[in-house]
Amino acid sequence: MGEGGDTSGMDLTHSEEDEAFRRALKAWLRKHMPKRSTYVDGGDDFSYDDPRRVAAARAWQRTLYKAGYVAIGWPKEFGGQGASIVRQTILNEELILNRAPSLIGAMGLQMVGPTLIRHGTPEQQKEHLPKILTADEIWCQGYSEPGSGSDLASLKTRAVIDGDVFVVNGQKVWTSAAHLADWMFCLVRTDVDAPKHKGISYVLIDMKTPGIEVRPLKQMTGESGFNEVFFNDVRVPRTNLVGKLNEGWQVANSTLHFERNMLASTTRTQQLMNDLVALAQRRTRNGAKATRDPVIRQRMADVLIRTEAMKYHALKQLSDEIHGRPPGIGASINKLVTTELNHDICAVALEVLGNYGQLRRNAPHVEDKGAWPKDHMFTLGLIIGGGTSQIQKNIISERGLGLPKGA
Amino acid sequence: MDFGLTADQQLLADSAREFLAAESSPTTVRRISEDEHAFSPELFRKIVEQGWTGLLVPEQYGGLGLEMLDAAVLLTELGRSLTPAPILSSAVLATSLLCSAGSAAQRKQWLPKLASGEVIATVAWLEEGDRLDPGGILLKPRRARGGLRLSGSKLFVMDAEIAHLFVVAVRTGTGAGEAGVSLLLVPRDTPGITVTALPSIDVTRRVYEVKFDDVTVPPTALLGGEGKGWKHLARLLDVACVAIAAESQGGAERALHMAVEYAKVREQFGRVIGSFQAVKHIAAECFSEIEPSRSLVWYAAWAQHGSPRDASRAASMAKARLSDVYSRTTDRSVQIHGGIGFTWEHDIHFWFKRARCNEAAFGDPAFHRERVAQLSGW
Ligand SMILES: Cc1cc2nc3c(=O)[nH]c(=O)nc-3n(C[C@H](O)[C@H](O)[C@H](O)COP(=O)(O)OP(=O)(O)OC[C@H]3O[C@@H](n4cnc5c(N)ncnc54)[C@H](O)[C@@H]3O)c2cc1C
Ligand SMILES: Cc1cc2nc3c(=O)[nH]c(=O)nc-3n(C[C@H](O)[C@H](O)[C@H](O)COP(=O)(O)OP(=O)(O)OC[C@H]3O[C@@H](n4cnc5c(N)ncnc54)[C@H](O)[C@@H]3O)c2cc1C
Repeated sequence: MGEGGDTSGMDLTHSEEDEAFRRALKAWLRKHMPKRSTYVDGGDDFSYDDPRRVAAARAWQRTLYKAGYVAIGWPKEFGGQGASIVRQTILNEELILNRAPSLIGAMGLQMVGPTLIRHGTPEQQKEHLPKILTADEIWCQGYSEPGSGSDLASLKTRAVIDGDVFVVNGQKVWTSAAHLADWMFCLVRTDVDAPKHKGISYVLIDMKTPGIEVRPLKQMTGESGFNEVFFNDVRVPRTNLVGKLNEGWQVANSTLHFERNMLASTTRTQQLMNDLVALAQRRTRNGAKATRDPVIRQRMADVLIRTEAMKYHALKQLSDEIHGRPPGIGASINKLVTTELNHDICAVALEVLGNYGQLRRNAPHVEDKGAWPKDHMFTLGLIIGGGTSQIQKNIISERGLGLPKGA
Repeated sequence: MDFGLTADQQLLADSAREFLAAESSPTTVRRISEDEHAFSPELFRKIVEQGWTGLLVPEQYGGLGLEMLDAAVLLTELGRSLTPAPILSSAVLATSLLCSAGSAAQRKQWLPKLASGEVIATVAWLEEGDRLDPGGILLKPRRARGGLRLSGSKLFVMDAEIAHLFVVAVRTGTGAGEAGVSLLLVPRDTPGITVTALPSIDVTRRVYEVKFDDVTVPPTALLGGEGKGWKHLARLLDVACVAIAAESQGGAERALHMAVEYAKVREQFGRVIGSFQAVKHIAAECFSEIEPSRSLVWYAAWAQHGSPRDASRAASMAKARLSDVYSRTTDRSVQIHGGIGFTWEHDIHFWFKRARCNEAAFGDPAFHRERVAQLSGW
């Protein structure tokens, strides 16, 4: 387990202070949780088609922030509490297990925020971090392009320096929440002659800048979660550059790690599993309770066991972090395993549902408001987004197992 | 809060791995497996010196008095090296039964000898029906002058030929339920016992049929009281699940390691095969299953003492998962080796075979998934 680490051995209890934090949080949630079926209610993060829901979601994040339950791990000088990783984990667990609506500002909080804390200028930090915390700024991630998905470093959106500004031309695609976002953190090519990883810069773009056009794309779920974003001579102040010119790839990589962990919440998986159990216990198959069907029992136990393995693995990773033990290739394994497991859990639910598994939100006789067929699709999207499963396997085999890069 | 090993447990893992690398290399394992009973008294003596036979024996009886997580850490290393030695059968399974069910006199009689390696013991549970429920125990002793008289046979008894003592599951009551199950301590040299090898694909761990032909044991042979054996066997099942899962974890890690190292040097089409994505992705998939499963094993082992209410469920989860993972990993590890992996000369098949036997031993994955479903209240 490595040198230096404190090795007290198995102890799955938290300190009294941390448990008190959990109790206070639970009590707070009981009191302040928005009622189900209001505008903040929703199964996934990005489908905010109704503007009233967007407003409610911003308000929810603000309420949570004021109560001291947003970005608690950030340093105090940036509006966080410098809270321990244990506290952060407890917070995430309780928000998910109590079905608190997800945070509309998640990409700001989990991706660009930490990036600015690490690489941003004091001005950038002062301008954006407070608004990221309160959801006054919603952020989107402008990485993927029509020609550059998995091979992100081949991106072509150009930024040419013209005095104090970058002039940006090109196109992004699959940009989640761009239709709601106030700002985009964006990768642009600033040197066309350099090797592909060395000519990229990381810039912050105000979505209200003239020359930006956002075209929503309808996802297979039927919702407009992601978009195409076109840039036509968009003038971006040079002060919006994060990190050094042409060093955007390193800056971006430091957030990819946050994204993978964000997509790989094992608590989310546990919640999905709990929902599956509840579903199977109230549905019937072939005239009996679905949980009496031996094949369904086998399939449910299989995904339960895989879920529990990830739960304990997350605890181990948390401990390794606390005790200063090396993390290894954890983030890629978590992303690969949990996204596929989430999809498999939904597939078992569809099997439990039989013909009811096709019914959408407003259909008569629908179960769980059509969440299962939608989540079954949504989870497939997460297998693709944030680096596909194949890309994770490349990373795991090369960096985790030391196998050579392909030709 | 810590989900990890103590410094002592880490030391046990490291020193065991080092010891086994030197004393139980694949060449040594192969040589020992060519012995009639796959047993090396010399290696066993060295293992006894390590204290491993006394791992679970309480200190007052000359052991180390450690817990299941310590045993799991050790078994992971033994599984990694595929060491042929009666640790699972004797030091873990039979010893656990004696600790949990033994009277003061029985513990005093046997535990010091188990710890010192003077006695090797093994559990004789299964019969022809190959069932792990109480209904599978049909061997029924008759009451006779001087105690109980036993005729019949037990199957799949690990290390029976080298054992000095059998813990035999029998039915002393009527019916097929839990109530009539008893355990008997039967020394190997009791007249009427024959042990017959059941040649198996796994040459590194031998299983046997033990036949009893009018074998008479005194009433003091009863372990844990007449009709009270099931509770101890049910507990033993959990211990066995954790033990085999831990062993499988180590074996899977080793098999994948061998495949990956081979893929780094074997060239075809002018490049190492480990640069082909088809090979890389197989390896990455195995690795992504193996890494989280270690945490499941540790949890299940820890839960045996640390969270007794969840112990059975956790044990079954670990057993089901590691059975799947070990079999799949060894399958694919042979595959990555190509033709050489299909030979007797190459070592990888030893792990493949252990995986298959571990998968079936003490309940296959379907059995344990069903048990998880029941224990989850479904
Ligand atoms: C729901 C959703 C939300 C998203 N949100 C955002 C967002 O907010 N911002 C953003 O920038 N992007 C976003 N994306 C885009 C996402 O990052 C890309 O879709 C992803 O990186 C894959 O790129 P691609 O779609 O171009 O597929 P491609 O890269 O063309 O891949 C197609 C297929 O080829 C495989 N493949 C590609 N390269 C390799 C290789 N080297 N080895 C093996 N297989 C390979 C892939 O695994 C995949 O199966 C989102 C995507 C989805 C689905
Ligand atoms: C039971 C048996 C009987 C046989 N009988 C005969 C016989 O009668 N006559 C005869 O001539 N041969 C025979 N063979 C040999 C057989 O044809 C070879 O084993 C087989 O072609 C694989 O070659 P290899 O063993 O050198 O493995 P390698 O080619 O070294 O392959 C090792 C691994 O790398 C993978 N790999 C290799 N190249 C690539 C690639 N380009 N892309 C992705 N993955 C790759 C393979 O799939 C395999 O998993 C026999 C083999 C077996 C197992």
